[in-house]
Amino acid sequence: MTQQLILYPLFLQMAISIILMFGWSRIRFQKVFSVFGSILSVALAIVVFMYIWNNGTQTVQAGNWKAPFGITFVADMLSATLVLLTAISGLAVSIFSAGSVLRDRLRFGYFPIFHFLLLGLNGAFLTGDIFNLYVWFEIIIISSFVLITIGGEKAQLEGAVKYFTLNILASMIFLTAIAVLYGITGSLNMADLAGQIAMVENRGLVQITALLFLIGFGIKAGVFPLYFWLPASYHTPPFAVSAIFGGLLTKVGVYALIRVFTLIFVNDAFLNNIIMIIAILTLVSGGVGALVQNNLRKVFSYLIICHIGYMIAGIGMFTEIAIAGAVFYLIHDIIVKTNLFMVSGVVYRIKGTNSMRDLGGIYANWPKISLLIFIPLFSLVGIPPLSGFWPKINLIKAGFAGENYITVGAIIFASFITLVIIAKLWAEVFWKADKELPLRSNFGYFTNMTIAKKLQFVVPVALLSIVSLYIGFGAEHIQELSARIADELVNNQGYIDAVLNTKN
Amino acid sequence: MRTTIILKTASNYLLPVLLVFSIFILLRGHYLPGGGFVGGLIASIAFILHSFANGLNKTKELLIMHPGFLLPLGLAISFLSGLAPVALFDLPFMTGLWSHDPIAILGSVGSALFFDIGVYLVVNGVTLTIIFTISESA
Repeated sequence: MTQQLILYPLFLQMAISIILMFGWSRIRFQKVFSVFGSILSVALAIVVFMYIWNNGTQTVQAGNWKAPFGITFVADMLSATLVLLTAISGLAVSIFSAGSVLRDRLRFGYFPIFHFLLLGLNGAFLTGDIFNLYVWFEIIIISSFVLITIGGEKAQLEGAVKYFTLNILASMIFLTAIAVLYGITGSLNMADLAGQIAMVENRGLVQITALLFLIGFGIKAGVFPLYFWLPASYHTPPFAVSAIFGGLLTKVGVYALIRVFTLIFVNDAFLNNIIMIIAILTLVSGGVGALVQNNLRKVFSYLIICHIGYMIAGIGMFTEIAIAGAVFYLIHDIIVKTNLFMVSGVVYRIKGTNSMRDLGGIYANWPKISLLIFIPLFSLVGIPPLSGFWPKINLIKAGFAGENYITVGAIIFASFITLVIIAKLWAEVFWKADKELPLRSNFGYFTNMTIAKKLQFVVPVALLSIVSLYIGFGAEHIQELSARIADELVNNQGYIDAVLNTKN
Repeated sequence: MRTTIILKTASNYLLPVLLVFSIFILLRGHYLPGGGFVGGLIASIAFILHSFANGLNKTKELLIMHPGFLLPLGLAISFLSGLAPVALFDLPFMTGLWSHDPIAILGSVGSALFFDIGVYLVVNGVTLTIIFTISESA
């Protein structure tokens, strides 16, 4: 049984979705069961993580067809870590959804779809087959289309159209890239492709294919210049939905980039240069974009783009330290971005708006909640010893070692601009004198909520803040983990052997 | 909406014929064109035709439960057929399990058949839910 342990997170999410669908109209049951299932999945993810940590990369050949012909599921440290992070974010958002998502939306199957989305994310992280990765991406985007349109408000649909168009485009490019790759090598198994691609003599064709992958994943990850859909759509759906989108969806794109560019298209100077240029432009444009925004969620959306740049820069530099930095940043970013979108939800419920000009006085009226919110905000900036600080050391160190001074400059510029933005946000939203806003009728203000309801807002934020604090104060552990992941990624022979020489 | 007596009479005969045909397509699908997806579509066509001729309410009475219920049911059957090798024989997920002795008419029965039955139910449920929702709101 334990040899298939790595598939259990998928089984669990699938089972949760099915059971939730049986209780389609019983909303109370769905809320309780979703939270319960998410707690189970965190426990399971920890078990899987510990197992991989102690026993190294594990594989399962689905359907008992030998690699490279069947679909392989592979869990190395990177996959196991991301599955764990998905489970933690999933738990937080599940609790937050139970408190914040309106009944009308829950009635249309919000929770089953939410768990399908988590299933898709887990699948994407665990698969070792590039076409299967595409299928998991489809599961993710179909679930996310439902989540982004559920409720059917006008602004939501407008955002959804942009989201839909560009993501479908990305999927088509991704599929084309797979087709070309299959045409060149005749294989779809990523470990097998690693060996096959290295032997192809027509390097130009390989580079073009790699570029197609870069564009396809780049749209999903939200890199320059393909990010316009992201700030146009992430501020429209319910807060819980944008939390899971902001935390995890773009990161799947980053994960796919890391996987493909460390396993299949390895360390090509031409590609590395392109990735580096993209990273620099992403860092700068995302940061500048965030400066001029007024809506809280739009600010955070642009910051997602800006910070994707760090991870892309890590891939572009392609040294072990740089990749360790990128992975560390990925770990930090998933938790903190999920948290920030939930924070904007809490702020919205307190004041009834998300416009920074109109907000103010939250620190005076809600000191404890403000202190709690302080943690994710300043973790994002990376004031030492909070979590955003440590990965940047790796990245900057790698930048100096590789003499990529422009990249180092961009990284420092982006950190600085993030600091400016968060300081401005803190001053506007929390410190500025309270502004009398017209009271909205039929609006569930935070003050009027019962304690249980308030807890559903505060507990997930607190949960993720604790994780962020751990990443910051226990940076040594995370650094050790990132270094090990980077080692596995750069010396990918271990991964290839695990897939191709399996006993079962 | 007025419907002709020809359609009404024909639909009553066509319903069972189409359902049997859909099951035939479902079973045929392992080696030949067909399978759960097409079978499910044909089965849903049978019910849609019935609802055109006799009205939505009549069809709903015929179905007893809401077609939406078929979604989790079908998913559960497919999912369990994939889990069976894991739970029973400790083989990887979705490994095909086959009975040793062929059964009359059906031939060898394997876990793939149950997977297809699940797909059949899901497709049927989705199609009917969509069509019913559209006709109700129209």
